[in-house]
Amino acid sequence: MRDFDFEIVMGLEVHAELHTKSKIFCGCTTEFGGEQNTHVCPVCLGLPGVLPVLNEKVADYAMKAGLALNCKIASFSKFDRKNYFYPDLPKAYQISQFDLPIASGGYIDIEIEGKKKRIGITRVHMEEDAGKLVHGGGSLAYAGYSLADYNRTGVPLIEIVSEPDIRSIEEAIAYLDLLKAILEYTEVSDCKMEQGSLRCDANVSLRPWGQKELGTKTELKNMNSFKALQKALEYEIERQAEVLREGGKIIQETRMWDENKGETISLRSKEEAHDYRYFPDPDLPPIIISEEWVERIRQTLPELPQARQIRLVESYGLPSYDASVITGSKAMADYFDQACSAYGIALPAGQSTDDKGKERAKQISNYMMGELSRRLNASDQGYQDSPITPENLVELLTLIEGGTISGKIAKTVFDEMFESGKKPKQIVEEKGLVQISDEGAIAAVVSEVVAKNPQVVADFKAGKDKAVGFFVGQVMKATRGKANPGLVNKLLMEELKKQ
Amino acid sequence: MALTKEEVQHVAKLARLELSEDEVDKYTVQLNAILEYARKLEALDTTNVPPTAHAFPLQNVMREDKVTASMAQEKVVSNAPDEEDGFFKVPRIV
Amino acid sequence: MKLYSKRAHELHELLVSKQVSAVELVNDVAARLEDVEPKVLAFVSQRIEDAKAEAARVDDKIASGETIGPLEGIPMAIKDNMCTEGIPTTCSSKMLHNFVPPYSATVVRKLNEAGAIMLGKVNMDEFAMGSSCENSWQEGTRNPWRLERVPGGSSGGSAASVAAGQAIFSLGSDTGGSIRQPAAFCGVVGLKPTYGSVSRYGLIAFASSLDQIGPFSRDVRDCAQVMNVIAGHDPLDSTSAPIDRPDYTSFLNKSIKGWRIGVPKEYFGEGIDAEVEEVLRKAMKTLESLGAELVECSLPHTEYALPCYYIIAPAEASSNLARYDGVRYGFRTEDAEDLISMFSKTRSEGFGEEVKRRIMLGTYALSSGYYDAYYLKALKVRTLIKQDFDRAFEKFDVLLSPTTPTVAFTCGDRLENPLQMYQSDICTLSVNLAGIPAISINAGFADGLPIGLQFMGKPFEEGRLLQISHAFEEATGCHSQMAPLKGGCEG
Repeated sequence: MRDFDFEIVMGLEVHAELHTKSKIFCGCTTEFGGEQNTHVCPVCLGLPGVLPVLNEKVADYAMKAGLALNCKIASFSKFDRKNYFYPDLPKAYQISQFDLPIASGGYIDIEIEGKKKRIGITRVHMEEDAGKLVHGGGSLAYAGYSLADYNRTGVPLIEIVSEPDIRSIEEAIAYLDLLKAILEYTEVSDCKMEQGSLRCDANVSLRPWGQKELGTKTELKNMNSFKALQKALEYEIERQAEVLREGGKIIQETRMWDENKGETISLRSKEEAHDYRYFPDPDLPPIIISEEWVERIRQTLPELPQARQIRLVESYGLPSYDASVITGSKAMADYFDQACSAYGIALPAGQSTDDKGKERAKQISNYMMGELSRRLNASDQGYQDSPITPENLVELLTLIEGGTISGKIAKTVFDEMFESGKKPKQIVEEKGLVQISDEGAIAAVVSEVVAKNPQVVADFKAGKDKAVGFFVGQVMKATRGKANPGLVNKLLMEELKKQ
Repeated sequence: MALTKEEVQHVAKLARLELSEDEVDKYTVQLNAILEYARKLEALDTTNVPPTAHAFPLQNVMREDKVTASMAQEKVVSNAPDEEDGFFKVPRIV
Repeated sequence: MKLYSKRAHELHELLVSKQVSAVELVNDVAARLEDVEPKVLAFVSQRIEDAKAEAARVDDKIASGETIGPLEGIPMAIKDNMCTEGIPTTCSSKMLHNFVPPYSATVVRKLNEAGAIMLGKVNMDEFAMGSSCENSWQEGTRNPWRLERVPGGSSGGSAASVAAGQAIFSLGSDTGGSIRQPAAFCGVVGLKPTYGSVSRYGLIAFASSLDQIGPFSRDVRDCAQVMNVIAGHDPLDSTSAPIDRPDYTSFLNKSIKGWRIGVPKEYFGEGIDAEVEEVLRKAMKTLESLGAELVECSLPHTEYALPCYYIIAPAEASSNLARYDGVRYGFRTEDAEDLISMFSKTRSEGFGEEVKRRIMLGTYALSSGYYDAYYLKALKVRTLIKQDFDRAFEKFDVLLSPTTPTVAFTCGDRLENPLQMYQSDICTLSVNLAGIPAISINAGFADGLPIGLQFMGKPFEEGRLLQISHAFEEATGCHSQMAPLKGGCEG
């Protein structure tokens, strides 16, 4: 990025909905969707007189996320009220955490072009989500009225604030990518950006290279996908650079990414007085976190993406590229591990498999990174709901390894497995796809084909290599692809030599 | 540090209260009187005194993560000043 | 038979012995209610027909030989800041004039389950902010002892209805004295329990760290009976104490011989009317004659309670009352062009003057740049006030003081001077800041107006307060008088 006039300084604020059954302060379901205002009770509607009671899972999950992000867990934490008026906020304050968040001072290490970079995590805190506004007349700016739905109000969130350590868009994407993977691995959030269960705001500022002080920042909101994040950052960085190049000043403000227009729009309003008047929520006693509690949560931490990536390389000899793709999503990594178990090559961490095992692991990886991912993406499915189970994939690989079917036939079987979810053996049997490995049978076909085509034999003798391919094709055609290709080659060369 | 009229107006804006000129004048006088009285507290040295935010020292009050019934939609919006199709309706935002 | 002038425990005996039916009882109290309501103006809404139907069910129960609880069939009233499912709950504010809660407060549910019969919701200062019951969207309630006087506040309707025989007992809420001060002005028993003793779920919040619900009654035994029903842990209130409530009636009829009673000198300084002090001194003699030892003590930070309270309570209130924005329930302005004008017009038109004043004060105290100087400072001073009590209770069983520095003042007298109005809570505020329990009982009269005696106790020792109050009541018989309903505001 040195060719750019300015150094980019960014920090991300990520909101993740916690994967609890009920809301943070009441028993309403957190289920996504539902008809408007049907997942609502007096408490989350903020009716006069109601009181909040904390869902214990929220503290557990927030702590788990904090530990996974290498944070220190507070021994004393509390909830505060953040006061502001907006129709999606029923109490006109959000219960959040101000000066004593549950976790702080962590980091994660991202990888950019093979190099490690550490991004600091300032804090992780718990808070409640707001409701949803539907704007009559399309966008906020042109709406004649708005409609409020409080189904999402009170769904538990954690906000993860990074240090301003991010220096490029690539780093921002890599950070969000790894953060998302970690949250998925710990199963504290399902991280569905399209359903709003993972949301990202960015603080962006520029400064001349070498300058120590930070430039004035803007806060970007409403980026609902990785693509939106990328485009919004590109736009905003260029916008700020232009202002600065022309000798202008950046105004500290909140800007919203408008997907349709492809630009960031100022949300500044003269009426808006920003002063949240935080104070400790008198309705919620503080949270005292013991060593034992932290330990109990630490015990539930799964193997995290980076550790898993290292294990896949060390135990199974996977290329690090394969390992990073597979561990990029927990579902995919779990699929891989289950397939290894089914293949009988699973190992505890720290041990490495033999060459045979490595070959098998690579076969699994090849199928996953190739055909299976392609088919799942095309049908908009994830690994957790793959129609081909890891066990069935391994069964298919076993059929290939044992010579029961050829690699070519395997493609047909794979397609059928994906469509029907059937077991490969059943498909092979039903369709009669078992490979012909009977030398006598193949030899008969070979000599018949050779006998029928004297001209091609002549070509072969004249040194034309294409002739071999022609004969192989003819044999396969005659056997409907079931002939063992190795045997076909061997027997064909023997036959041709006889001519 | 007496409270000025401008500050009173700013506070009113924060609190989403629309005050008439008369009210601003009246509140400026009255709030200053109360705040001046509150400044009595400055006389006390509270350097090493912890704040008391809760009258009774409870901690870790939590409930199980269990789903309970929500209200029917018509009950949710039954008190709404303006409602449309089960939504709460509000005037344009900007 | 004037059933309306009796106490709940007497009426319970009459019901059980079938000398009186629950329907007769409700009819009698309802007739009295209707009869004196034009003078007292205690009620915001009534539900007499429903009450009669409920009474009939109690009679069925008695007829079929089932046992009934101590409050079963007893007519009562609820302050209009406690949510009652399907029954309007207004906080005496235009802001909630049309609000019908879809749920009931825990205390309301408990009283309902205990078979008590609600005759209606009673008047209060808007959102419980006031000391005279004049800050009501409706007309202010009058003092049944002399109608041109205020009944006190904010639970003025709760106190006046019990003093006037319109209800046998009632519930009020106390944030800075809102039960005890009107109890003193109206000559009835009023208990502010320990913070956390009684669930706040469904009590429309004024200042969450200070608010507590408690009973009004005509004698101490009734107070104990009501506490037996409403106190106890509630999982819906995170600040509710997870402890078992005692049987409060077990503290009655017990001697107080040998008790050490602290008399904090700060409560007897200037500002206390001579007639109030005189009655208090007499009461202290009575207690000595019952075997208690009275010792002067000091709560040195008492003078800071009022400024401390008038930062903390408005700060919490400014946040608690932010939800009244015209979106989901209650009043909404008719002329709003956009959202921001809808918010501010709704709130300006919906709230009364005192409420707006406190919202302004609280918003200011929490705003950036002033938080440390006002709010945080007040929370620290609160600690000092609490420590004063901790130290005193190392030496004393209970503390004694007047409930109010004066008798009930005249309607309109203090409306123009908020600070003077706030002074009437000077003896009651510290208790809320410290979270301890306190009771006000009638100690005597000055010129026909009741004077309240306050006992303050250790956290969760409401039992002791009831014990000493009962002993005093038995010795003096002050409780047995009915308010005369004399005089009038308009002359």
